[in-house]
Amino acid sequence: MSQDITIYLTDREGKIHTLIAPTDMQMNLMEICKAYELPVEGTCGGMAMCASCQCYVESDHTLAERSEDEEAMLSEAFYVEANSRLGCQIQMTKAIDGLKIRLAPSE
Amino acid sequence: MIKTDILIIGAGPTGLFAVFEAGLLQLKCHLIDSLPMPGGQCAEIYPKKPIYDIPSHPEILAGDLVKNLEQQIAPFQPGYTLGESAISIEKTAENAFIVTTDKGTQHQAPVVAIAGGLGTFEPRKPPLKNLAFFEDKGVSYIIKEPEMYRDKNVVIAGGGDSALDWTIFLENVAASVTLIHRRNEFRGALDSVEKVQHLKNEGRIQLITPAEVTALEGDAKLSSISVDKQGEILKIDCDHFIPLFGLTPKLGPIANWGLEIEKNAIKVDNTLDYQTNIPGIYAIGDVNTYPGKLKLILCGFHEATLMCQSAFKKIYPEKRNVLKYTTVSGVSGFDGSQKQAAKSTIKAIE
Repeated sequence: MSQDITIYLTDREGKIHTLIAPTDMQMNLMEICKAYELPVEGTCGGMAMCASCQCYVESDHTLAERSEDEEAMLSEAFYVEANSRLGCQIQMTKAIDGLKIRLAPSE
Repeated sequence: MIKTDILIIGAGPTGLFAVFEAGLLQLKCHLIDSLPMPGGQCAEIYPKKPIYDIPSHPEILAGDLVKNLEQQIAPFQPGYTLGESAISIEKTAENAFIVTTDKGTQHQAPVVAIAGGLGTFEPRKPPLKNLAFFEDKGVSYIIKEPEMYRDKNVVIAGGGDSALDWTIFLENVAASVTLIHRRNEFRGALDSVEKVQHLKNEGRIQLITPAEVTALEGDAKLSSISVDKQGEILKIDCDHFIPLFGLTPKLGPIANWGLEIEKNAIKVDNTLDYQTNIPGIYAIGDVNTYPGKLKLILCGFHEATLMCQSAFKKIYPEKRNVLKYTTVSGVSGFDGSQKQAAKSTIKAIE
């Protein structure tokens, strides 16, 4: 479908998954991962209040800036890198078609 | 030994509402929860967040939902074992279950309902080498006995309310307090942030930001930590290191109770009563799984209701029972309280 975008995700074992994500369902990356039954807990349900969906952005897409909540959570998360994001804060939009991400280690 | 009819493990919304449905059937409940207060995730993770999909509440704060549930179940006088985690279960000769907590409190009931959500809340532990070795040898995640820190050198890490609150509290007790956080901004009550700022200005605490603890050192017990402050490595002598990074739920010991587990959740029979593979043990709310499962509070309420009806039949197999409506029967609390619809007024017109 033309509404769909593709996300390339590297899991914790190094395996690459091709995820087809709809852009018209108000979904975020954590939810897409769960829909594909990938090992992403999404403990807090997507409120940027846990770091179970932390991932590293490995392509040069420009994402929406980190919100204050995401910034605060990442400051208390572990294994944080400069390219760390919370999957639940990345909305599926046309602008991120082809995004490459890698899951952070689970805590 | 605490004895009850339905022993509920987990005092989140689902576990709390089960007390109400059990009470309507004259069954008594006791709740165990690892957190020090009822409410589960709603109380621990997001008390200030609004929920929009609770039937008949267009909007309700998670914390208020818990408060309302506590009020709703109060007439049924539930017992609570809070701040303790259920760790083991055994069956007695009389077909009852005995559940023991990590503090050794024992509970006996003919029916156990696991409403444990995502599991027991445990401290989030930073990935530091030797961290486990130094646990109880200088590293702790929860402050149980503040006197332990008297005249000691303490390092706290974290950027939320607990890190701020304990920094303020321990400043009066410890020989020195150092607070370390990954960035300059703190996410906590404004009042606490200002107090810590004041303590720092007066030189009563040491604040190191943006920085991160990278190593723990010591022989038999902790004697120092290393801190990376934007590339510069600082070594800080200390007796105690307290990482306060919040709590995260883990299924924990329940996973070893012989229950059928699928995808980190307990499999139940959803065609009937949410019973597990062990008769007499039910699983309701986010902790269970079945075809079509949705982790929603409203689904937990439904599951709790069906569980209670089944538990009644299990406890009183000889008693006949039909579903009663509160609009008809009212609510008779175990505390003697009585709620009943007002009688219609009938008056003749002459």
